[in-house]
Amino acid sequence: MTQLALVIDLNTCVGCHACVTSCKQWNTSGEAGPMVDRNPYAAEPTGTFFNRVQSFEVGEFPRTQTVHFPKSCLHCEDPPCVPVCPTGASYKRPEDGIVLVDYDKCIGCEYCSWACPYGAREIDEQQKVMKKCTLCVDRIYDQSLPEADRKPVCVLSCPTSARIFGDIHDPESEASRAINDSAGYQLMPEWSTNPANHYLPRRKVNIKVHEEDLQRADNPLRKEDRGPRAPTTRTTLDDSTSW
Amino acid sequence: MKPAISVILLTTLIGAGQGLFLAYYSAEWFVLLSMLKPSQNDANGLAAALSLLLLVAGLVASFFHLGHPERAWRAAAMWRSSWLSREVIALPSAMLLILVYALLKLGAMDMVIFRLGGIPISLSTLCGVGAVLAVCALFVCTAMIYACLKFLRQWHSPLTVLNFLLMGCASGFTLATAIAAWSGDERFAYFTGMAIFLTSCGLLSRYASLVRNRGLRSPSSLQSAIGVHHPTIRQIAQGAMGGSFNTRAFMHSYGSTVLRLVRRGFLLTAFIVPLLLLSFGEQSAMPVYIIAFLLQYLGLLAERWYFFIEAEHPQNIYYQMIS
Repeated sequence: MTQLALVIDLNTCVGCHACVTSCKQWNTSGEAGPMVDRNPYAAEPTGTFFNRVQSFEVGEFPRTQTVHFPKSCLHCEDPPCVPVCPTGASYKRPEDGIVLVDYDKCIGCEYCSWACPYGAREIDEQQKVMKKCTLCVDRIYDQSLPEADRKPVCVLSCPTSARIFGDIHDPESEASRAINDSAGYQLMPEWSTNPANHYLPRRKVNIKVHEEDLQRADNPLRKEDRGPRAPTTRTTLDDSTSW
Repeated sequence: MKPAISVILLTTLIGAGQGLFLAYYSAEWFVLLSMLKPSQNDANGLAAALSLLLLVAGLVASFFHLGHPERAWRAAAMWRSSWLSREVIALPSAMLLILVYALLKLGAMDMVIFRLGGIPISLSTLCGVGAVLAVCALFVCTAMIYACLKFLRQWHSPLTVLNFLLMGCASGFTLATAIAAWSGDERFAYFTGMAIFLTSCGLLSRYASLVRNRGLRSPSSLQSAIGVHHPTIRQIAQGAMGGSFNTRAFMHSYGSTVLRLVRRGFLLTAFIVPLLLLSFGEQSAMPVYIIAFLLQYLGLLAERWYFFIEAEHPQNIYYQMIS
């Protein structure tokens, strides 16, 4: 069984919001209709987004770290939002595990948003239906795109490659390897929603530099230096053939 | 959670309607079993019609909650998994059965179809059995919509179902008392007694849930929400400057003073004052019982409002500071 998901590396995310804007651009231009905004250029701008970057300060000054935290639908393997939907508009695709909303069936009752502990769903104020991240389902299977582009647009736009897309049920996928190698974790594990999206933790990157790495004992240049050298007092061919 | 006005109206209106039907239908059975004297001035048909009216009003209110009310019929599809879908089936079923019951009673088309150990079972009695089942199913479905959400800890309790059942029945029996006072029903004492009993039980059960909720601690924290295990984490940006659906739908800005006032207010108006008025015991004093019902209904509106405010959604952890 395939379970497509994002693996987000908090160690490399710089909080640039490129994933947010590219997500909005791709998904507002799609067949499913716009993700509308209210007061986009005035005070109190607000609108529908599938993905947001939040920032947190960890620790106490001066020993603090800023953690940028991209947040979108986690495509839970046991999604609490799906069984509560009265119309079946919310569903989890069996073939790839993406949790989707059928905008033509949604009655806009907001019950699924009550049932999501992560707040991953937003009602679109104009279309009056519930919207959420689709993992760019209209991109990743698009045969007209070059194969390298068949990824969620947030993954493609990330300048630091903090987002990895793949099948987390395939142990050989890049996403699975990242989870295994870098201690990938799930959000709010206490609700046993089993989110498919994983986050890679902040990691201390220390490079231990040894003295001998700077001053190499076996420096080939130095060896050459100490090699046999012609005595400078001897007469050379040039000296004897000067005329 | 932010209170949804249409849902508050829906749950309180249908609760009273269901309670009213149960009040008159139970009285009818007690008469059949000769445990109550039959009344010359019963208003069984009228009460059923009023009960139907309350259910219809609740249904109309619920449509205002939907973004696409024209698609509401789709909501019956997922009855295998969704309590909301089950409610969408139970409510019209109860309405239909109560409609037939009311027509049989009001149109004088009722007839005895068989006798069960000497008890005459009429068409309306039989129809009423179905209506009682639908009404009880509706109580459970309505409450389970809230009680099944496990991370809304204040709702996720059997007390939620008990509260919905008791408070709906209490308001229905209080309304039945008022109708019995108006029609001069001889079974007035039964309605009053049951209204007092159910209102007292409702008070106890609602108070129990208030006590339970006071001590609740969510297992979620900022640490588990973002997976950083440091005791000191502070949000510095939530990703939107002008708010979002997340800040509008799940949060309220009422201070503790308002909440305390509402809490005390609904305990008084939904339970204690109606209990005092119902104990008045004078059938001729119809306005007292009408006031008792109206006060109780207003109190239950406040109670349902508080029910929403009380529930803390774990997603709010992600939205603590704009920037």
